Amino acid sequence: MSASWLRQLAFGVRLACRGGVTGWTRVALTATAVGLGVAFLLLAASVPNLLEARDTRVAARVDDGQGPDLPDGILLVVMTDTEFRGVTIRGRLLQPLSATAPTPPGVSALPKAGEMVVSPALDELLAEPGGALLRARLDYRVVGRIADEGLAGPGEFAYYAGGDQLDGKAGVRRLAAFGDPSPGPGPDPRLILMAVVAFVVLLAPVAIFIAAAVRFGGESRDRRLAALRLMGADLAMTRRFAAGEALAGGLLGLGVGAVIFLAGRQLVDRFTLWDISAFPADVRPSLPLTALIAVAVPALAVGVALGVLRKVAIEPLGVVRRAGQGRRRLWWRLLPSVAGLALLAPMLAGLVDTDGQLARVQVGGGAVLMLMGVATLLPWLVEAVVRRLGGGGLSWQLAIRRIQMDSASAARLVSGVAVAVAGAIALQTFVAGMESAFTDATGADLSRAQVTAALDEGATPARAREISGRLSATPGVRSVTSVAYTDVELPDTDDYSSLVVGSCAELRELARLSRCRSGDTFIVEGARAERDTVDPAEPPRPGARVTALGTGWTIPATATQVKARTLPDGSTWNRTILATPAAVPALAAKPLRLQYFIDLDQTRPDIGELVRNTAAQVSPMMAVYGIREVKVDSKFSGILRGTLVGTVALLLLIGTSMLATMLDQLRERRALLAALTAFGAKRGALTRATLWQMAVPVVLGLVPAVLAGTALGVALLAMLGFPLHVSLTQLFVTVAAGAGVVALVTLASLPVQLRLMRPDGLRVE
Amino acid sequence: MTGDAPLLTARDLSKAYGTTRALDGVSLDVRAGEILAVMGPSGSGKSTLMHCLAGIVRPDSGELRYRDRDLIAASDAERSALRRGEFGFVFQFGQLVPELTCLENVALPLRMEGVRRKEAERRAAYWLERLDVADVAGKRPGQASGGQGQRVAIARALVTEPSVVFADEPTGALDSLNGEMVMRLLTECAEQSRTAVVLVTHEPSVAAYSHREIVVRDGRIRTSAGSAR
Amino acid sequence: MSLSHTLLALLERGPRHGYDLKQEFDAQFGQDRPLHYGQVYATLARLLKNGLVEVDAVEHGGGPERKRYAITTAGVTDVEEWLSQPESPALYLHSTLYTKVVLALLTGRDAAAVLDAQRAAHLDLMRTLTRRKTRGDLADALICDHAIFHLEADLRWLELTSARLDRLAEEVRS
Repeated sequence: MSASWLRQLAFGVRLACRGGVTGWTRVALTATAVGLGVAFLLLAASVPNLLEARDTRVAARVDDGQGPDLPDGILLVVMTDTEFRGVTIRGRLLQPLSATAPTPPGVSALPKAGEMVVSPALDELLAEPGGALLRARLDYRVVGRIADEGLAGPGEFAYYAGGDQLDGKAGVRRLAAFGDPSPGPGPDPRLILMAVVAFVVLLAPVAIFIAAAVRFGGESRDRRLAALRLMGADLAMTRRFAAGEALAGGLLGLGVGAVIFLAGRQLVDRFTLWDISAFPADVRPSLPLTALIAVAVPALAVGVALGVLRKVAIEPLGVVRRAGQGRRRLWWRLLPSVAGLALLAPMLAGLVDTDGQLARVQVGGGAVLMLMGVATLLPWLVEAVVRRLGGGGLSWQLAIRRIQMDSASAARLVSGVAVAVAGAIALQTFVAGMESAFTDATGADLSRAQVTAALDEGATPARAREISGRLSATPGVRSVTSVAYTDVELPDTDDYSSLVVGSCAELRELARLSRCRSGDTFIVEGARAERDTVDPAEPPRPGARVTALGTGWTIPATATQVKARTLPDGSTWNRTILATPAAVPALAAKPLRLQYFIDLDQTRPDIGELVRNTAAQVSPMMAVYGIREVKVDSKFSGILRGTLVGTVALLLLIGTSMLATMLDQLRERRALLAALTAFGAKRGALTRATLWQMAVPVVLGLVPAVLAGTALGVALLAMLGFPLHVSLTQLFVTVAAGAGVVALVTLASLPVQLRLMRPDGLRVE
Repeated sequence: MTGDAPLLTARDLSKAYGTTRALDGVSLDVRAGEILAVMGPSGSGKSTLMHCLAGIVRPDSGELRYRDRDLIAASDAERSALRRGEFGFVFQFGQLVPELTCLENVALPLRMEGVRRKEAERRAAYWLERLDVADVAGKRPGQASGGQGQRVAIARALVTEPSVVFADEPTGALDSLNGEMVMRLLTECAEQSRTAVVLVTHEPSVAAYSHREIVVRDGRIRTSAGSAR
Repeated sequence: MSLSHTLLALLERGPRHGYDLKQEFDAQFGQDRPLHYGQVYATLARLLKNGLVEVDAVEHGGGPERKRYAITTAGVTDVEEWLSQPESPALYLHSTLYTKVVLALLTGRDAAAVLDAQRAAHLDLMRTLTRRKTRGDLADALICDHAIFHLEADLRWLELTSARLDRLAEEVRS
């Protein structure tokens, strides 16, 4: 019994390959499509390893430990990260205090003063003609490269430069060893949850895509099976033949997928996605997940093939579609959505610990069910809506009638897009919601300054003036405003306040001063309401004895209260003492911390880079930041962008399978199309009919997709206690991407349709 | 026949597909109301001749006029409009839109011409009645028999009241009884409305419904017997 | 068609006068050419001689004597045999048409023209028959169809022969 089963399965496999040219095309098409899906799955299965490898390397080079004061085995480290034309460059100045000082991972010998070792990406950037500006900033001799184990990824820009005379400066770390001595609590459980959702969201449409790929050319397969029935095969045998054939496509697809994956992996180091890049060696699929893919894909292929056969009766004399099974029932099609909501509901109510393992399974399962709900609901929705549609012009009538006749195909054609869009919306709603919780308007005024620079190591007034001068002398700089400040310890409390020392002109940037003369002191108290929420501590009072830079000083009783003015970066210096140099003679000559606000002529190219170069000449430790109107946690905007990129990639993948299916359908109708052309049918009318025929199911598919996606995203947000927030822009972009792919597919199929409408089609018989 | 000027005049038509000469200098006239059989073995070029006459395919050389219009110089849009309005078509199979009902199929050419749906379907119903297939009006072509389907196709060809109906093996997929009925209805209706019929067939029994026949062999007309009523 | 068998079979339905037989025959089969009386009586005489019919009754009326004929048992058997006996298909092997084509080839005339002319003639006849068929009743239709199908067979043969004229010419002239 089982031996004959196996023989019949094997016969199905052979049958798949022996169908002549069309048979091969079909198998190749199926295998390619399944292969693309499999490659996608393998890539997804590699993400855990990829992140782990990256995390391990990043953890090994952590340099924020604080070693003892003894010089033995100590490496002085200064963070000198910079930005060049939008890319972040990780930079460190290193100075060993003894021969036993540690070296960072990936670096064999510490660079001497004036030398540096660089990452390959940075090396290339420096070597480019456009790198001259950067070479001026990183004015060290390149003596070597950082090996892979010292880099987060192949695309990372990083350097270690040798420094000298770092000891004793502010911001210098004393490092006894690289690496994170106490690994943190692991990634944020919320991020893990997000990753789970992201996986589900990406993989559900891939599953649908693979299922669609297995159906390619099903009609000709059915006809071949019918011919076998004529030769005496019974129904069970045809089922096994079909299963064998699907198995062949599935297995071949696995092979193709593995090849695509391995080939694609070699290219992976050429791509950098939001500052993250990966080494090909890091892209290793996790073994259990690979095993799961290897089993699940062929199983899915066979399952779909058998499922399709249930809907047709393969008789010896041909294939009969089991039509008129009555209307589709709604209740079971709602089950997945209801079950998904049921899984998510207890978490919404806060009944389950969202950090636990169970929660991940629950969230993942809930998300899968919600997305499946879209796919199962769609055929019913299309049928129910289209049944009521009528009227309209000829194109509309042709399209509607066609969908009415076979609403299942129409729904199937767009279900992949609908699920992908639903998933993307869920993820985006979730991420955008989290982002909105972390996004604030800064209140910055970009017309006053666009760049701010900070020098924490401090400078004496004379040096501060020199720095101001050098910054102002940079071509393209319109004006430079500086704030020199230090901390002051308030009496009788643990509280600190700030003391800004500057000329009247400089102080006027920070507060509204009606009158100011040398020797004056002011106090900015800030509004009480703001103080109560932001900083409940008391403001300094005139006459109080405070300590600044180890020196005692009494705030003059004449100090007047003034109101703060907002700085270009949106900050207001409340609870701050403002003093002219003459008022604080003891402090005036001491090095104070500096912040500069620089107004640039932004029409000049690379103006920001020039300022950074000047700052780097002043001190490698001088940090330069752009001023932004909105402060965003960059992690989230990266994820958002990534989701969109992933969604578009996924939609394009689905688009290819839609295109193949559409072309298949068109070819079946070539005689009809040619006949209609003979009748003088306007091409435009037939083309519009095709457009409508795609547009109607797409619109019907996108409605539940938006609803389910938003519901899922909102549910996830609520679960983690974030404020509910739906980003209409993101929603629109995603929906437009989904609709756009369908439009693209339709447009891509038009040349074939127009060709089929030529009278040559009349000659095929 | 009458002394009318011919509806369709073809002079020295040639058409090649690649290296095969499908038509090689064919001349012929089609007069109003006449039923002309185009006979010949498979691959003789008879379908190509019909496609040329109907303005579906543009001949490589020669002259072709419908009434006083030059069909060779006419643009695709003009020829399409002519096919919609002045010509009707019946093919062997594959011509009915499977998802439309028979009534909607018959109404289709009218709707392509811009006739309102209600009016188009009223006129379609009349022709279904005339071809004795009113009972399948609401059914899809897949639910009708082959003979019924072909009669629906004839109704569709006649619904625009064309001057010429081109029928390419209209009974090719039918048994003789159904074929006979289809031919009788087609010729009767055509004669009553003085519609010319260009009937492409390789079956003599179908050609026998014509007023005269031409035989195409290797892209040429073998003999053109005079009309014999 | 065998006239004697046809008349015999008509008699099987009941005795008839020669005159009635002719009427009945014409009604059923005589669309093309009605029988003349002489033919009927000559045939009946032969049947009588062979013992397949007998004279049932003689009626003396005002005019000539009228005999009523009835079928004999031998006659019934004969009809049965005739109906069950298939017509010999070999009959058509040496048709005049074939002879004409071969002769045209042998004498160097245009054999295709012979075929074309014949086709036109055949189609003309077919056209007439088709027309008659569509206007007449069922009996008309069946009879016309029979003729049409035979003509169609000839036409098919003409068609095939046209396609094979070159080979035929080679064989005939060698």
